Amino acid sequence: MRLLAIESSGQLASVAVIEDGEILGMKVGEFKVTHSETLMPMIDAMLKEAGVELDSLDAIAVSGGPGSFTGLRIGSATAKGLGLALDIPLIHVPTLHAMTYNLLVPDYIGAIIVPMMDARRGQVYCGIYDFVIRPDNMVDFDIFMDADAMSVTDLLDRIKEITDLDGNPPIVVFLGDGVMAYHEVIEQYAQFNFDYAPDEAMLQRADTVALLGQLMYSLDMTVSADEEAPDYLRPSQAERERAEKENR
Amino acid sequence: MSDTVILSIESSCDETAAAVTLNGRTVLSSVIYSQIDLHTIYGGVVPEIASRAHIEKINPVIRKALEDAGKTLDDLDAVAVTYGPGLVGALLVGVAAAKSIAYAKNIPLVGVHHIKGHVCANFIEYPELEPPFLCLVASGGHTHLVKVVNHTDYEVIGRTRDDAAGEAYDKIARAIGLGYPGGPKVEKCAHNGDPKAFSFPRAKIDEAPYDFSFSGVKSAVLNTINSYKMKGMEIDEKFQADVAASFQQSVIDSMKERVLMALDEFGMNKFAMAGGVASNQTLRAALKEAVEVRGGQFYCPKPVLCTDNAAMIGAAGFYEYMNGKRDGLDLNAVPGLKL
Repeated sequence: MRLLAIESSGQLASVAVIEDGEILGMKVGEFKVTHSETLMPMIDAMLKEAGVELDSLDAIAVSGGPGSFTGLRIGSATAKGLGLALDIPLIHVPTLHAMTYNLLVPDYIGAIIVPMMDARRGQVYCGIYDFVIRPDNMVDFDIFMDADAMSVTDLLDRIKEITDLDGNPPIVVFLGDGVMAYHEVIEQYAQFNFDYAPDEAMLQRADTVALLGQLMYSLDMTVSADEEAPDYLRPSQAERERAEKENR
Repeated sequence: MSDTVILSIESSCDETAAAVTLNGRTVLSSVIYSQIDLHTIYGGVVPEIASRAHIEKINPVIRKALEDAGKTLDDLDAVAVTYGPGLVGALLVGVAAAKSIAYAKNIPLVGVHHIKGHVCANFIEYPELEPPFLCLVASGGHTHLVKVVNHTDYEVIGRTRDDAAGEAYDKIARAIGLGYPGGPKVEKCAHNGDPKAFSFPRAKIDEAPYDFSFSGVKSAVLNTINSYKMKGMEIDEKFQADVAASFQQSVIDSMKERVLMALDEFGMNKFAMAGGVASNQTLRAALKEAVEVRGGQFYCPKPVLCTDNAAMIGAAGFYEYMNGKRDGLDLNAVPGLKL
């Protein structure tokens, strides 16, 4: 089973190709270069280097949001066009879940994992998750709080409720570009043990989109290329302002 | 020469459109999803809402264009797409979809200038029309007077210095309470009005005789409305109609003067209109008369080819394709693309 993965929700776009759990190729874009210019050439170069024919793909996984509206749309439109032309399904991978999969390594089993993306306007797109080992040695992915937009102080409150419930608070690990934007707030207000993800796991990555995409594919969690659309989490500014006016 | 079948995509503003054309001038299918209902409550196009709607509609619109034409992606010789000017977020959706289809099918990608597309709508409407000719492209976002030298070389001889013609219509419509979109509403309202009721300015720019300016007439209309209100008078239907008719007359006069002057100066005989504003029947009739009185030939596509559509992008794309234009996978949306 071969799958192409596209991640363009943040400042750094990346693409990966995976076959039965093995990453055959991956490319990461450059900062400050638009995804529109780099995404397709990266896909082309990566597939060529990996010796993968486009026609041999079974599906395309796309990081489905939240994230930069424009970035998400470039990834989505690219995946939709490829899905249409190749007549293969798409997999809509929640961006925050894929980021959490960056930390699916023994060191972080049992830790509370909090991906957070800078969402501007004093907020982050965030979620609260963990991986635990079941008695049969399988790994469970738990969702304490799924994708939402809130201030970092509100997020810290939510994390505290969860760690307090646990009695023996595990470590909380933050990742995402929200860490760069808000680490001072975390350091000032967090009332629990916390750490930051290592550099290589800090940002969105197409290889974890691919891994999670493959898992979702095996569970038949696919969408058609026509249906796929990003999860923006937020309405447009015009819709928001209109709603605020009506509520006044 | 073998036939050339092109899939074209247009998403520069608030229409998601795809078409299949044969040799540039025969439209095998043209599908347009208009988002107008999504934007009406905001009184204008909201870029983020437009971009989101494009994502939702792009694939079904492309699929329908292929179905209607009885073609599959394997029948295509190239994919043409509008890459500017327009709203960047909106353009990006069409550009990304076009690139991935061209890549997956291993066929050429041709980026098309939106204004050239508008001009080329005339090639679809008039199979015998050949350059050179003069063309006035007027829409909600553009007002250009263009010398069409050949199918792919265009020389801009005049452009608006401020508002586009269609934008001026929208603003006037809002000011006299007609709502959005302004073009058809002002035109309809003007039918019952006196075009000489008010004398609104016809702006001229000294060093650029072919350039347009519609902000002066807009201010004059707004001043007229304000002074009317200050006198305690109500904006009734007659006032609306007179303002609409007088405003429209000022737009017509500005266009007529420049068009006739350009036909003379460049020794041209053929004049074509294009763009959404060209679907205004009053304006078409006035310019047709002016050009024909002078002994010239007048061209203007039917309204569905005037407003944004992908068939016109297919026509322009065909000529660019024949001229050897090929774009790479790094093609980007260029919101301020120059002609």
